[in-house]
Amino acid sequence: MKLLLTFSKKKGREPVIAQVVKQTGVLISVERAHIDSVSGEVLIDVPDTDAREVCDLMQAKGVTVRILEHGVSLNEEECIDCGACVSVCPKEVFYMDEEYRLHLRDERCVLCGKCITACPHHALSQTL
Amino acid sequence: MEKSLELINQKIRDGNATVVTADRMPTLVDEIGEDRALNEVDVVTTGTFGAMCSSGAFLNFGHADPPIRMERVWLNEVEAYGGIAAVDTYIGATQQSTTLGEQYGGAHVMEDLVSGNMIELHGTSRGTDCYPRRTITTELVIDDLNQAIMVNPRNAYQRYNAATNSTDRTLYTYMGTLLPSYGNITFSGAGALSPLSNDPGFRTIGSGVPIFLCGSTGMIIGEGTQHSPAGGFGTLMVTGDMKEMHPEFLRAATMHQYGVTLYVGVGVAIPILDKELVRSTAIRDEDIVVDILDYGVPSRNRPSLRKITYAELKSGKVELNSEEVRISSLSSNRKAHDVACTLQDWIKKGKFQLALPTKRISTTKISRPMRETARVPRVRDIMNTNVVSISEDESIKTAARKLLRGDTNHLPVLDREGTVVGIVTTYDVSKAVVKEEKNQKVKDVMTIKVIKTVPDEHVDVAAQKLERYNISALPVVDERNHMVGMLTAIDLGKLFGKRWQK
Repeated sequence: MKLLLTFSKKKGREPVIAQVVKQTGVLISVERAHIDSVSGEVLIDVPDTDAREVCDLMQAKGVTVRILEHGVSLNEEECIDCGACVSVCPKEVFYMDEEYRLHLRDERCVLCGKCITACPHHALSQTL
Repeated sequence: MEKSLELINQKIRDGNATVVTADRMPTLVDEIGEDRALNEVDVVTTGTFGAMCSSGAFLNFGHADPPIRMERVWLNEVEAYGGIAAVDTYIGATQQSTTLGEQYGGAHVMEDLVSGNMIELHGTSRGTDCYPRRTITTELVIDDLNQAIMVNPRNAYQRYNAATNSTDRTLYTYMGTLLPSYGNITFSGAGALSPLSNDPGFRTIGSGVPIFLCGSTGMIIGEGTQHSPAGGFGTLMVTGDMKEMHPEFLRAATMHQYGVTLYVGVGVAIPILDKELVRSTAIRDEDIVVDILDYGVPSRNRPSLRKITYAELKSGKVELNSEEVRISSLSSNRKAHDVACTLQDWIKKGKFQLALPTKRISTTKISRPMRETARVPRVRDIMNTNVVSISEDESIKTAARKLLRGDTNHLPVLDREGTVVGIVTTYDVSKAVVKEEKNQKVKDVMTIKVIKTVPDEHVDVAAQKLERYNISALPVVDERNHMVGMLTAIDLGKLFGKRWQK
């Protein structure tokens, strides 16, 4: 399950993710992180069975947690199956079937947004 | 044996013509042989659906009362050409909205018209005795127009070179997003389904031939602009009535940071008159070769990294510099197939008749580059050769002195051979002074990753580097990385009044 963590500056420089890993023993995989002087946003992937525990502990440490149920979403009305998104995606979310129809495996998506700008037809969007 | 076009059209009218799509043809010929294929197949339909920037439409709105001769025209705030009198205009696909930029353009106006959406027309004029009105603003749908005739100067490229990017930053091009360090490859075109690949001799494709154009029955006007069939890059100029078109086969698009373009569906039906046409329509993706060009080189002559076939391109992955690189298509193979199938269906139902060219298209032309009469300024023309430099082991104080005396903000750092190893700026030196560390040397504060230029580089390209990296000077180096001059933002001022030519 993918969790989007939002840190605020007020929490200081606590190594929250490391603490959670240590306390819970859950192996957290960091898929995307953006941290600046004011705040930070980190996308993590945890096993579904451990998600509740990780969520609760993160929240107890003052982190805002949002469960991301969906990756990038495709508007089939706008999509013309060109495939411009296929090669820009770092996670190989998109693939073409034998009839050159576009499919996506949104469980792989880390919401980096590269495909959204690369799509000539504005067919991809991020629903948070 | 040969077949006549009359015979084929008769079979179409009788509803018993055999029509196959171009992608089916190679296996069919393998199975039954060329003789039987000639005998049994009457028509091969082709199709392509991709970004074709060189597209647009002539529109006539009818006269207003009092009448106006529009000199400037906007459709949904996208400017259209106003130099063709009164209430005619030409809307070009790539023209961008004055307010929405690349999010909306001429292509979107065309898609909105074909979709039956309302368009706002705004026109201005200086007013004449015969056309007294000075402004007009009105809302229209396509049915309100007398004519909406698509005329696309350059469509249906026979094939197109693939694109990649050697530089260390993402490029946003008309070939889509190109990731750094050969991170991906993009391509366009339908390969063996593409109309011109199936008749490279232009025997059945020429002026006056009816075609599928965006869901309507359109027509080939003749050769397209930049038609270059000798090298395998033929193009077509095509026309069609937008009132008969369907939005499924005409889609506006935006290439991020490049601009607006129009995805156009074009299909040509090729009558199988003789064995040569059996052979040419049996072309496979494996037979069509293009180059992979490096769009990181900002020149017309982009270097080719390797040859590649459409079969490899469509496979989605290829080896480049011994690494596997993923490939994206920008045109839609599925919709290209839809175009070919729709045309096949029209012919089978007797709704579409074939015709031979009334005028043949050249098969030998080569598109020439632009003849430029004015010399384009290069870095050598405006660079500063009287450069104050410094070496790595000198002190910060020496650097400060040199900056002051040299009346400059940038000191290139050179080694003994005169090779550029770094750069220090007034900012670096000031920072070092504030730090108050003892015995700081130039090498402790200099920037090692230096953005450079060469004497032969076009000034526009060098200026783009200054802007992109937010810097104000570029060391100019020769092929051995030896310092030959500096180009600063101030030198760019020499371009005004053509002082660089003196």
